[in-house]
Amino acid sequence: MVTKRVNILSNIDWLTVALYIIVMICGWLSICGAASDVDATQLLSMSTRPGKQLLWMVCALGLASFIMLITKDFVEKYSYLIYALSILLLIVTIFIAEDTKGSRSWIDFGGFKIQPAEFTKFTTALALARFVDTNKLDLSKWSSLLKSAVLIMVPLLLIICQKETGTAIVFLAFFLVLYREGMTGNLLLIGFCMVLFFILGIKYSDVTFANQVFSVGVWLVLSMVQIITTILVWMYSKERRITAITFYINICGMVLGMSVSMLIYPFDVTILQIILISVVILLLIFRGLMDMARQYFFIALFAICSVGYLYSVDYVFEKVLEPHQQVRINVILGLEDDPYGAGYNVNQSKIAIGSGGFSGKGFMKGTQTKLKYVPEQDTDFIFCTVGEEQGFLGSAFVLILYLGLLLRLVHLAELQTSQYCRIYGYSVACILFFHVFVNIGMVLGITPVIGIPLPFFSYGGSSLWGFTILLFLFLRMDSERTAR
Amino acid sequence: MKSFRYKNRKFTIMIIFAIVIIVYICRLFSIQVTDTTYRESAKSNALYNRTIHPLRGIIYDRNNNMVVGNQPYYDVTVTIREVKNLDTLLLCSYLDITKDYFDERMSYIKDRNRNPGYSSYTSQVFMPQLSVEEISDFRENLYRFNGFAIENRSQRQYHYDVAAHLLGDLGEVSKSEMDNDDFYNRGDYIGKQGVEKFYEEQLRGEKGVQVMLKDAYGRIQGSYMDGQYDIPPQAGKNLVLGIDIKLQELGERLMQGKIGSIVAIEPATGEILCMVSAPTFSPTSLVGRHRSENYNELYNHNQKPLLNRTIMGTYPPGSTFKTAQALTLLEEGIVDNRTTFPCSNGFVYGRLKVGCHEHSSPISLAPAIATSCNSYFCWGYFRMIGDEKYGSVQQAMTVWKDYMVDMGFGYALGVDLPGEKRGMIPNAQYYDKLYNRSWNGLTIISNSIGQGEVTLTPLQIANLGATIANRGYYITPHVVKQIEGDEIDSIYTSRHYVNVSRQNYELVVEGMRQSVIDGTCTAAASELYEVCGKTGTAQNNGKDHSVFMGFAPRENPQIAIAVYVENGGFGATYGVPIGALMMEQYITGGLSEASEKRAEYYADRSIDYGNKAR
Repeated sequence: MVTKRVNILSNIDWLTVALYIIVMICGWLSICGAASDVDATQLLSMSTRPGKQLLWMVCALGLASFIMLITKDFVEKYSYLIYALSILLLIVTIFIAEDTKGSRSWIDFGGFKIQPAEFTKFTTALALARFVDTNKLDLSKWSSLLKSAVLIMVPLLLIICQKETGTAIVFLAFFLVLYREGMTGNLLLIGFCMVLFFILGIKYSDVTFANQVFSVGVWLVLSMVQIITTILVWMYSKERRITAITFYINICGMVLGMSVSMLIYPFDVTILQIILISVVILLLIFRGLMDMARQYFFIALFAICSVGYLYSVDYVFEKVLEPHQQVRINVILGLEDDPYGAGYNVNQSKIAIGSGGFSGKGFMKGTQTKLKYVPEQDTDFIFCTVGEEQGFLGSAFVLILYLGLLLRLVHLAELQTSQYCRIYGYSVACILFFHVFVNIGMVLGITPVIGIPLPFFSYGGSSLWGFTILLFLFLRMDSERTAR
Repeated sequence: MKSFRYKNRKFTIMIIFAIVIIVYICRLFSIQVTDTTYRESAKSNALYNRTIHPLRGIIYDRNNNMVVGNQPYYDVTVTIREVKNLDTLLLCSYLDITKDYFDERMSYIKDRNRNPGYSSYTSQVFMPQLSVEEISDFRENLYRFNGFAIENRSQRQYHYDVAAHLLGDLGEVSKSEMDNDDFYNRGDYIGKQGVEKFYEEQLRGEKGVQVMLKDAYGRIQGSYMDGQYDIPPQAGKNLVLGIDIKLQELGERLMQGKIGSIVAIEPATGEILCMVSAPTFSPTSLVGRHRSENYNELYNHNQKPLLNRTIMGTYPPGSTFKTAQALTLLEEGIVDNRTTFPCSNGFVYGRLKVGCHEHSSPISLAPAIATSCNSYFCWGYFRMIGDEKYGSVQQAMTVWKDYMVDMGFGYALGVDLPGEKRGMIPNAQYYDKLYNRSWNGLTIISNSIGQGEVTLTPLQIANLGATIANRGYYITPHVVKQIEGDEIDSIYTSRHYVNVSRQNYELVVEGMRQSVIDGTCTAAASELYEVCGKTGTAQNNGKDHSVFMGFAPRENPQIAIAVYVENGGFGATYGVPIGALMMEQYITGGLSEASEKRAEYYADRSIDYGNKAR
């Protein structure tokens, strides 16, 4: 180990380290901005959140240095053991953790609390990388895919048992990694469509356009089914004629219907869309029988399932779910106008961000966040403070920092010579991406309100350390590559 | 090489990353730069609109006595951040509270789960609704307690300790009430019962706004633009009740120790002169800090004092109902004033017998009313239901039911109070179902004497009296006769004519007059004016209810009244004397010496109801 230490300093990817430190400092400044009860002299005091966060950050740097000493071989060798230990810790946590706001995920070490779920992210990444690498799995095969999925689903389900659904959902990011390693892209598309259709279908089910009679949610989903079907036909069919016909029926038919409804006589366009989709489905099945081409059946099946899914979601939501469950889903989606619940948060967070304007109100000058209009202002809703105090310039800068970090990580991962390191690198990038995607999307009112932290940014030791370990394990692997 | 097979997928992943970030940047641009509404909202966050609560409308009785007014009360508030060097024990002693109460309140205020609007920078209510006396010590020493302040609002003040049911009460708005009406905010008060609820919109007034500037810490910095945008509050509209508060007081006094109702109506206008529901409670008990304790105590009381029995109690009307039967039989031509029926101590038909008491037989209409002969009305009803001109018993029943509904029974009358019950007038379908279509006049004979399935509210009985006093019409009874700067609903000014001729009403009036001269309610007689009346002795599971319905004077009646005393025995036992005293009070403006003695006697008499929940 000693021989390699010198190499580390010259071989570590300093660009990533720099991005990491800049993001962390931006986060700390935002926590200062969000701390309403604090004046400038107290920022370093351990009794305040900025002071505590500063300590967490120094510890994180120490942790990072320590991790740089752990060799890739060591980590690779003990990947399964680390994974097993972390799973064990998750199970133990369910039983010994105290109930905090309904979740059982924090272990208290005498006033010092950690959240084991945060650390399961990197252990799962290690195990997954090792598993795919050593077995040389071909992930385009279903059996391999299922085996890998088990590794991901075990911690995911355990974390759901801890009532930390937000953290659990992050594990879905691993499927993006599996996609890179050969999983069929259709699965991603189907997963993406299911989530999108569900959210759109419910979120806009009661909304109508001005002077129109149909539900915007249903219209949006059906339009997307039409567009995706058309694109699929274009991608998989060799016959240009079929593509053209599908395009005319689907897209032109829908646009024409909308125009008539908007300009001449309002009618239920969604019924027209169902008819159009049915025609396309019949056409595809007919062609499929004629040519004995499987792809047509699959596309038709996709269209049928999508439409069926949309209506069953509506049906299940309205008829099967109890009213309180509906309210819960609505609140999670940010739909329920609950002044003390999620709807309030999102609205206030948008007001705070919007009030920042182009260049912001200046450091520590935000009023919306300081006045505690925005709850969770230094953890899940930390980005509001950036938006308010630093304006569009500052928040766009932070987003670009994240994009830079993510692209750099993908780039580094691709450079890795071993599949193990590549998979791990992708895991890091995808987990960070998922956090940024959900957290900032929630603050901007785009994604549902799911309480997960913004990496290296939100207040909190567990999450900062978890992300630091995640990132620096990869940087160590990368430095060994360049050292060679 | 296998590892190269999917190399291009890195671009897909990078593009996904980039698209998400770009979409977010566009979204940021729209929220922060192009869309100004969010900035406006933020600005309004920095201005604080202090609500100025209007004074609630005052309520007067028909003689312009103020019944309900407003009095100031005080909330002690605390701004946690400004509390410094607090001498807790001294504070407790001035406010007359214990240290435990202090701690409990403080932890409540700081608990965001229970007090969601909490901020350490804004004032929070520490102790609500203290009176001038309760606050005075504390006010003088307020300078000792940094962070504490006194805010004043107003609450209801009752000048007479009566009429709690009809006046109603105020309580904090519930979540659903806030959802239904933008007027209300957390902590506002709203009418919960009685006139306060029914006339909430008239009484509440318009809130005023004082626009204040606040700094980044939410502290008030002063008025915004010298109050240019302030809106002064508008006091609520005052109401004048038809109630005669002296009559109401007498009624409540007479009903002490009894369960029941007195309703008096001015026949010419439909104004309710008094509305007594016993047992009652002090309206003041539902004001102020002890409201919820008192409310719970009343709510759990076995005699259900919160119930306004005049409109929520439904009872068999007993023999008072015979007047309505007489009118129906006359109008339908089943009987005229010469028709007589035999009465051999009751109505006997086969094995069926409805008992009656000793009087001459056969008997005609007026004496039948006067002596309250059961037999006469059973025969009349039996004839009507069985009369072939209707084609069937069902159709006869429908004709009968239509008369009853026309007279104001079977449906809520539409009094201007919440919670009115409709009572019960059975129809043909009801009996078809009950007796599987095989029934006749005999099956349902009890209806004719106000028993059986028939139930009325005391208000409906009083309204029957008013209709007879008017010889054939009524105006929907109402408690509010005048709204300042507004008009009362037209249903309270228009006459509803009953489809029965005036001559027939005169015949019934004659019967009711004879009843007072030498019939069942001679005790109601007065030397000063001609009283018409009808007793009722309503059978039920327990001891009979004592009922009286009457009006006076016979010509140009000033008051129609219904008295209903649960388990009071004969109509003449309680109903008649109480009714007589009430009529005297209203018509002569007071009680004679002898009457005052009698009033004291009846006020002191109570009925033992046991401990059974009612």
